[in-house]
Amino acid sequence: MHSANLGTIDYVILAIYVAFVIGIGFALRRYLKSSSDFLTSGRSIPAWVTGLAFISANLGALELVGMAASGAKYGIATCHFYWVGAIPAMVFLAVFMMPFYYGSKARSVPEYLKMRFDERVRALNSIAFAVMTVFASGISMHALATLLNQLLNWNYNHALWICSAVVLVYVLKGGLTSAIYTEVLQFFMIVLGFAPVVYLGLRDVGGWGAMNQSLQAVAQNPAALNLGTKPYSADAWTSAWKPLLGGPTANPMGVDIFAMVFGLGFVLSFGYWCTNFLVVQRAMAARNMGAARRTPLIAAVPKMLFPALVILPGMIAVALTSMPNKGYRIPPPVLSNAAYDKAAAVVKDPGTTDPAAAVQAVSTALGAKLNPEKVNALVKECGHLSDTQIKDGLYDAVTEYDYNGVILSLVKKYCPPGMLGLALTALLASFMSGMAGNVTAFNTVWTYDLYQAYFVKNKSDQHYFRMGQAITVVGILLSIACAYFAKRYNNAMDIIQLVFSFVNAPLFGTFLLGMFWSRCTGTGAFLGLIGGISTSAVVHGFTVAEGKGGWLAQALSMNPVYTFPSTMAQNFWLAALAFVACFTLTLVISLLTSRTKTDEELKGLVYSLTPRLKDDEKSWYLRPAALGILLLACCVVLNLIFR
Amino acid sequence: MGLDIRWPIGLMFSLLGAMLVIYGLATSANAELYQRSLDINVNLYWGLLLLVFGGSMLAMAWRGSRQPNGPEAQKGTGNPEATPR
Repeated sequence: MHSANLGTIDYVILAIYVAFVIGIGFALRRYLKSSSDFLTSGRSIPAWVTGLAFISANLGALELVGMAASGAKYGIATCHFYWVGAIPAMVFLAVFMMPFYYGSKARSVPEYLKMRFDERVRALNSIAFAVMTVFASGISMHALATLLNQLLNWNYNHALWICSAVVLVYVLKGGLTSAIYTEVLQFFMIVLGFAPVVYLGLRDVGGWGAMNQSLQAVAQNPAALNLGTKPYSADAWTSAWKPLLGGPTANPMGVDIFAMVFGLGFVLSFGYWCTNFLVVQRAMAARNMGAARRTPLIAAVPKMLFPALVILPGMIAVALTSMPNKGYRIPPPVLSNAAYDKAAAVVKDPGTTDPAAAVQAVSTALGAKLNPEKVNALVKECGHLSDTQIKDGLYDAVTEYDYNGVILSLVKKYCPPGMLGLALTALLASFMSGMAGNVTAFNTVWTYDLYQAYFVKNKSDQHYFRMGQAITVVGILLSIACAYFAKRYNNAMDIIQLVFSFVNAPLFGTFLLGMFWSRCTGTGAFLGLIGGISTSAVVHGFTVAEGKGGWLAQALSMNPVYTFPSTMAQNFWLAALAFVACFTLTLVISLLTSRTKTDEELKGLVYSLTPRLKDDEKSWYLRPAALGILLLACCVVLNLIFR
Repeated sequence: MGLDIRWPIGLMFSLLGAMLVIYGLATSANAELYQRSLDINVNLYWGLLLLVFGGSMLAMAWRGSRQPNGPEAQKGTGNPEATPR
């Protein structure tokens, strides 16, 4: 409603940042000579750089905005995405999987699949991945442009095109190296830009203890703030594990402990962190095996602490909303000025004397649910109020929340000019790092796994170098097209994202068997993957959660087989079942089919056939296993502290 | 690759820090401006912190550039490298 005005200093900060990321691209231009320099950065980067890039490529705008939203909706239990999900998976990647990715000399994850299995598995994985990265970056671009448009009044098209152009310039000039280097810069920008906002927010609510107290009051009566319909126990927002142990009805996520630990912690997280080329690519660009294995471990350190930066703001926002004297509320869904005008007109002349009917009429005009008492008060008082005052009153009376607006609303609340520029630059940096991550993964998979594999084989390296550059431009244009598509057809976008979740859910089963069981065959892997994908689609089609799913049951005009307490529970269970189906099918079909690859061919690709890496002589803090155990121990301690 | 990323990071944050410190000092009398940030002159203090961060990045990059065989020389050997973390 009230947009923040940027001062000269804010624009200067933004301009300096843009100048630096573009400058890095130009500075790296002279080192680009071959397609591998451009697409895989010639495997030459130190571990601390790839480590921070690993985390930064994942820290897109959607992650930042979405985690704060979840922090507000579910409280500290959102940390499970980090302390149950990400960290163990990152340690597993470093200790067990990286030796195969890096040691096999594969240039991408699909290429590893081709070496380990056959062309079919590679084709399935690379096509799904290429399409997914374009859509993912399109969706996040749309989300960011919308946010900037709604909260800062920036032009949607300008925001979209200018941000994309900046990313295009530095990726095109410096390739993957440039994307990785700017991701490190962006990592520091994001941390240093948001930390003061979180600090000020926490100080404002009276510190950690006071925030917890108000969240406990909220948990016992979430209906007072329209955060839920039924009361929870006091620790629902402030304990990570206790509400979960009480079953799906005792926590706002509506998730049971098995779905959390197996579905999210094992299947979804390992599937993402260990097989998604977007992040794995960063580790594969490291300068040697030791650096490649340390990449996810170095990344795990900031990742473990990120909840303080990305989840805490959501909790602060809820605590602030519960304190009437702070004059803050989680922003309502953004409604057009015209809708407010229309609703204000109805307030002045409701055309009925029945209070309930008047509220209904105003609510319809505005297009949002409203607090009846506040609307009735407005209707009574409107004679003395100006139009602006009525509209402010309506804004205040909306009882729906747009959780994705939490981060920006806090930035606006606490940042004077100067800091405002820094925090907004941080938001743009997170967006650019996510987009550059998607684009660099996309151009590599397209060039090596699709173009070179199926369309134009055996050309000179310069040919693929130019192809890589051309497809970078195409990839960004396609993402922009997807952003407009998302703007136009929001529902279509939901369906596309759903399809991707089907495709991704079983993937880890294939990798697990492929890497640790030499008997696993290409046919087994291919059919197992298809079986897993179909399983997730069928499970989704026959179960419902919050009105989602059940489309197959509906088509066959029967009742859904099962109703999940929340869509999150549905997602976790879906992944768990898809994984089990893929794992079992791959196992059985592999046993029924004959091997096509000899032990010799699988050397370096499968655990039992690969000589163990000797890292005894290194000092302990460089050994992946020792570091991994240390990280897991820290993770357990964090879980215990916030249990 | 030939570029040490600590140079641009150090330069950028030193520059941003210096700007925020100057802006913070110039606006320190403006109490209204800092009402939002709970009456703390965040530009000044956070600017100082950015200066320290940027300065230490520059110092590390400078030290790195003085080592004749930088990390690049160790490519493929698996030796521990001279990195800040």
